[in-house]
Formats: sequence, structure tokens, C-alpha cells
Amino acid sequence: MMLKAHRNHPLWLAYMLHRLSGLALALFLPVHFHVLSLALTRPESLDRFLGLADNPGVKLAEFGLVFLLAVHFFGGLRLLALEFLPWSARQKTLAAASIAGAFLISGAFLLQAV
Amino acid sequence: MSDRSKLLEVSVWRGTGDEGAYETFQVPARDNQTVLDVVSWIQQSADPSLTYRYACRVGMCGSCAMMVNGVPRWTCRTHVKRVLRDGALQVGPLRNLPVIKDLAADMDPFFDKWIRAGGVHRPSRSRNDPIQQVPPDDPGRVEANKGIECINCSVCYAACDTVAGNPDYLGPAALQRAWTLYNDAKVEDRQAVLDSVSGAGGCHNCHSQGSCTRFCPNELDPLSAIAGLKRASARSFFRRGE
Repeated sequence: MMLKAHRNHPLWLAYMLHRLSGLALALFLPVHFHVLSLALTRPESLDRFLGLADNPGVKLAEFGLVFLLAVHFFGGLRLLALEFLPWSARQKTLAAASIAGAFLISGAFLLQAV
Repeated sequence: MSDRSKLLEVSVWRGTGDEGAYETFQVPARDNQTVLDVVSWIQQSADPSLTYRYACRVGMCGSCAMMVNGVPRWTCRTHVKRVLRDGALQVGPLRNLPVIKDLAADMDPFFDKWIRAGGVHRPSRSRNDPIQQVPPDDPGRVEANKGIECINCSVCYAACDTVAGNPDYLGPAALQRAWTLYNDAKVEDRQAVLDSVSGAGGCHNCHSQGSCTRFCPNELDPLSAIAGLKRASARSFFRRGE
């Protein structure tokens, strides 16, 4: 399906990304809690399930999960900044750029360290 | 004229109320031509029964807004060259409003919400009092000034998906108007303005999709005005809770 013309701009896409990642995480959480509850009710089933975690497909799914969490987390910060900081658009762009820069440098440092 | 022989494929919404379909017209292309010129040409030279609305033709009155290729625009200030896709153009009535006929949308819901959002000025002084001085650099005045050039064209209202999803939502224009009044020292009861936009259908319904600001032909920023209302109503909530 083609994106409708009036939706074709970054803020609308950010909204949709935030909404979809939120929905996906909401679907994930009940499963997550169910698996955790196995530790109390059926430890052997939990061990068998955790054995799956070495599967490359599961690793990929974990990447997806962390990606969703990151998208939703930063999407939420974006909304808080957008709605609760009465700054000009330029100030917000500068703030976002400096945070991105800090992540880049500290991320590069972390990669060096590990 | 170099473009004398060229034709534009223009599909125009025809119909009354909920019923209708796009009808295609061949319109001569010109070097300089706005979408409103195209619509007028159809009405004057092809089908006199075409209904549409315009008044000033120079972007002051706000009556000629329509959906052009799926995007809300002032047709009088939109050059065909800027929006033409493969020699074709689609023109429809404004989104999120009932259609009266063809390209003329019923603006009543839009203005009803303007009033519901406290958009009527209720002065703090009568004509017998001296005029209240408002310094131009007063922070409230500076904030209000950012929104007062709105001409009620309803482009933001048509662009907003929150309006599409919730018929009770006041919409960007009415909320921006409330924000200018909330910052206006001459308004008698500014808390009342805030209260009328903080309930159901008010500023907290906004999902910050930003289409209002993206498409406002006057380059106003209703998104930030609504964010201002959200901040003000959150502050007022915590202050009253003390």
C-alpha cells in the first residue's frame, strides 16, 4: 500500500514507528511474563525454552526486540521533548544532534573497550 | 504561448454528500497557472455545474482550500507546475469535513469547534475603561503573535489524522486559537479557555503527528501551540491538586 500523500513527512512516520513498536512490545510482554512464570511453575520447561536461545533465529529476534525497545524509548523521549520543552525547533535540533554525537563517541569507545 | 497544445489530465471530485466519483477533464496547460485557475477553467469552459469556493485569489481569505493530489492546499497559491504528476492532477474537497457538493466542503463543524474551544474573545475590560497596555515584547504576547495570522482555511484540519479518527477532536486551528487567547493579557478568564480545551476532544487528544504544521500555508505552527496547551493544562492540574 502506498503511503497517503498527507502522511509523507518525518513527524508522521515517527508517530507510526512509535505506535507500531508500542503495539509489538505490548504483544511481547504477556509472552515474556509467561516465560518468566515458568521459573516458578515448571523449571524444566523453562530450561528447555532457554535452550532455544542459542538458535541464530532467536538471536535475530532478540536484536529485533532490543531495536523495538530502543525505538520506543527514544520515541517517548522525543515526544516528551516535543511537548514539554518550550524550545525553538533550532534549539531542539541542536540538542538532538549533541545527544546523537555523544552516543556516537561513547558507542565508539564502548566498541574499542569490548 | 509555447504550451498552447499541451493538455492537463485533471480529475475532479463530483458528487453531493457522501456519494460521488472523480471525473476527468482535459484542461489546456499554461505557462503560469494555479490549481484554482484550472478549476475555474473547468467551470467556465467545460462544465458550468461544477461547484467550488473561492474569494480573494491571493491567499488572504482562506476559502479555496482543497485536496490537491491528496494534500490539503490553498488552490489559489499552488502553481500547477509544482504539483503536477505525469501531466495529471487530482482535485478533491477538503478532507475531514462533510461535502456539500463537488469541491465545496461544509465548514460548519470546523467553526463550531472553533467556538467550542473558547475561540470567542471575552474581554477583561469594557469600553469605559482605559485601554490596557500590552508591551510587544511581553512573553505571552510574543507567544500569541505566533498564531494570530491564522485565516481559518481548514488546511490543518484536513491534514490531521487525529481529526479523522475522532470526530470530537477540536483540531489544530481551534486549539491554536485557544493558545493565542490563553496568552492574551486582555482575555478575562484565561483559566476558562484552558478548561475548555483540556477535556475530552481537547489538546490531550493530539498525537503530535505534525501534519498541521507541515501543511499550514501560512507557515504557522499549531503543533507547538497545542504542545503549549498540554504544558499549561498539566501545570494547572498539578497546581490545583495541591
